[in-house]
Amino acid sequence: MTLQEAEAKVRELDDELGKLTQLTGHDLDTETIRMELEKAKERVLNMAYANLTSYDRVYLARKPTRPNVREYIENIFDHFFEQRGDRLYRNDEAIIGGIAAFNGTPVTVIGNLKGRNLEENIKCNFGMANPEGYRKALRLMKQAEKFKRPIITFIDTSGAYPGLEAEEHGQGDAIARNLMEMSTLTVPVIAIVVGEGGSGGALALSVANRVWMLENAVYSILSPEGFATILWKDASRAKEASELMKLTAGDLLDLGVIDLIIQEPVGNLRENAEMVYSQIRINLANELAALGKMSERALLEQRYKKFRSIGDCSGL
Amino acid sequence: MEDLFKERKEKLNVLKSLLPKKEPAKPPQANVPEGLYTKCPGCQGDILTQQLKSNWYVCPECGHHLRMTAWDRIQILVDPDSFREIRPKLRTKNALGFPGYTQKIYHLEKATGLNDAILTGIARVDGHRVVLGVMDCRFMMGSMGSVVGEKITRAVEYATRKGLPVIMFCTSGGARMQEGIISLMQMAKTSSAIARHSAAGLLYISYFTDPTTGGVTASFASLGDIVLAEPKALIGFAGPRVIEQTIRQKLPEGFQQAEFQQDHGFVDQVVERKDMRSTIALLLKLHTKEVR
Ligand SMILES: [Zn+2]
Repeated sequence: MTLQEAEAKVRELDDELGKLTQLTGHDLDTETIRMELEKAKERVLNMAYANLTSYDRVYLARKPTRPNVREYIENIFDHFFEQRGDRLYRNDEAIIGGIAAFNGTPVTVIGNLKGRNLEENIKCNFGMANPEGYRKALRLMKQAEKFKRPIITFIDTSGAYPGLEAEEHGQGDAIARNLMEMSTLTVPVIAIVVGEGGSGGALALSVANRVWMLENAVYSILSPEGFATILWKDASRAKEASELMKLTAGDLLDLGVIDLIIQEPVGNLRENAEMVYSQIRINLANELAALGKMSERALLEQRYKKFRSIGDCSGL
Repeated sequence: MEDLFKERKEKLNVLKSLLPKKEPAKPPQANVPEGLYTKCPGCQGDILTQQLKSNWYVCPECGHHLRMTAWDRIQILVDPDSFREIRPKLRTKNALGFPGYTQKIYHLEKATGLNDAILTGIARVDGHRVVLGVMDCRFMMGSMGSVVGEKITRAVEYATRKGLPVIMFCTSGGARMQEGIISLMQMAKTSSAIARHSAAGLLYISYFTDPTTGGVTASFASLGDIVLAEPKALIGFAGPRVIEQTIRQKLPEGFQQAEFQQDHGFVDQVVERKDMRSTIALLLKLHTKEVR
């Protein structure tokens, strides 16, 4: 049974559960039937989630029902104050950012924003930022450094927007500058990949002391479709590409690209998002305390070495 | 005592003979089939190959700047016999286990004499010592995988330690797909090395040549204190085809060319190849304490 078939089965079972509530007054033992149905649902989900392929995770990471970054921010932090604009040209809604409190400590939070419906998605360009978005992010990061606030970023984008204006405004320059400047930030930086971590557009918010990833998030050089197109001139081989690309949290932990996997619930993440929020809260509390004890110099050195050591190719 | 020295010396000699020989700058080899004539991609004219070589691979008819190999570029840029290659023994670990990738690298190394898509080294330009990186698009479109990222990082770190300027000639299709996420991370690694070089108050000149796109544009190539470009070179983040597919319209003439990037504020000057050496020499001079 594929993941999609399992999801269809779960929808059927949910329908039956719904009908059951309308059957009051009959002679049936509705409670027993309900439990049977719930059990069947759990079995189906457990089975499907026990054997997720990389491509299943690509599918899950892109699911429009996943919480978006605004929801992560609102559920994990207090007093979020949104800041807009790059002070150069405009406000890019594909990047959300501002100041918030975490356990009473001011922090700067920034992330890629996807919409929850078409209307929102048109506003935030489906989470694909233009250069202005990256420049806004950099502005907020430099400000965080000024006020000695730790920075927490949330990654969820298929990539930087490949548009005409984006090129005119220097998409490459904007991303490059973020990479360089993030490596010099004297405050702790933690990046969390919560959905899609696509290419340079994701990396531009991820040069961090710690990089975490949700269990069913993906992080890759390009979409599997793009990868298959470039290497095999055939976008329909995306499934094959995703198995090869090492884009799951488990793969990336093995490669030393990420440091921690946040477990996800079986089934619809939105229904059990608190499980993820609470793990993030606990880990943030621990790591911010640990990073807070490090000197500026040590923070810089740790971040430099972290990226310096990826892709070891010494010795023939 | 004497014997001990002798023995040591002998050992050293043996070791030296095992080390790769310093490669002398090779004679220019055109990035075109060897023949009496070369077709110019600019005007489609047949140009005498010899004439093209002596004209810095610039078409005498239309001024088109043909693509150059890394060795040819070095030959026309640096002071005679001043280039010493930094050639660490590096080979990709093929982290994705991409089928056929390691063999492909091996064959390209044989064919080009290069250790991956960039040549790094130390040289003098008009007497000034510089650390040099020259990419070569014959090697998998000049894409950046772990070896290219590591070579750039080591060269920049060397320059930072020695207080030397860095000059990078960029040409690349971007990050190397065959190494997946490892290639993506090279963008952060090289940019971080540039940041440290910059913080040390040192000069970095980035030179865009045709074509430079993707992860290389979005990392070290855009970070020069001075950014130069060759005429008509294609420079961008997304490739033209991807953009056309996204916006579903034809791109205007000249879009993403060097002159376009200059007009939009991302390139200091578009420099013709005949002026490359003198421009770099001037910039190096302007970054000395006392300009004469
Ligand atoms: Zn011509």
